[in-house]
Amino acid sequence: MTVRIRFFAALRERAGASEAARELPEGTTVGSLWEALRREHPPLGAYGARIAFAVNQEYVDSARVLQDNDEVALIPPVSGGCVP
Amino acid sequence: MFEITDQPIDAARLANAVVRPGAGAIVTFLGTTREHNAGRAVILLEYEAYPEMAIREMHRIADEARHRFGVEGVAMVHRTGVVRIGETSVGIAVSAAHRAAAYEASRHCIDRLKEIVPIWKKEHYEGGEVWIGPQQGGPPAAA
Repeated sequence: MTVRIRFFAALRERAGASEAARELPEGTTVGSLWEALRREHPPLGAYGARIAFAVNQEYVDSARVLQDNDEVALIPPVSGGCVP
Repeated sequence: MFEITDQPIDAARLANAVVRPGAGAIVTFLGTTREHNAGRAVILLEYEAYPEMAIREMHRIADEARHRFGVEGVAMVHRTGVVRIGETSVGIAVSAAHRAAAYEASRHCIDRLKEIVPIWKKEHYEGGEVWIGPQQGGPPAAA
C-alpha cells in the first residue's frame, strides 16, 4: 500500500521535504512508520520532542494501522507549545 | 467563518461574521506579535499551518464552545507566513446573548486553538531562530 506523509515545521526542516510518498506493508502502524523514518534519517532520529500523529486530518495514536492512500501527518508541538 | 490566510487579519470582518439577531455581545480576541519572549528580543514570528486539518479543528473548537457556553456565532482566522511586531496572527470572534458566555467562550477558543490546531510558530530573534514548543525548555537553540 502507499501512504502520503506530510512533514511540518521542525520536522519539515529536518526531513528536507514537506511531503513524501511511501510504500508500506499491510498492517504497518503509524508508530512503526515514524520509527522507520527516524532510523533512516538521522536528523529526524535526533528530534527530541514528542510528536503527535494524524491520519486523514484526524488525530490518532501510534497504534493506528495504516491503509492504502492514507495521508499521515507528523505533528510537532503546536503553537501554544502543547502536544495534542 | 474559519480561515487560514497569508493576508493581514481584518478584525471588523471577524466581528461582522458573528453578528446574530439573538446576540447582545460580541467578543473579539486578537493575538499579536510581541517584541520579547523568554528573555529574547523578537524580530518577527513566522507561522506554518496544515490548513485542511487546522480548519477541521477550528470547527471542532467552535462546536465545543457552542455546546459548553451556548454562544451563537464563532469565527476564527489564523495567519501564516511572517507576522511582524504588533501585527495580528490570530483572530477569534464569538457572539452570545449575554457577555459572560462570550468572554468565557473567547478564552476557551484561544486556549484550545493553542492546544490542538496544527499551526506552528517560528520565532526569529536577535541571534537566531527557534520553533516554539516544549522541546525548547532550555536555552534557545538555532533551528
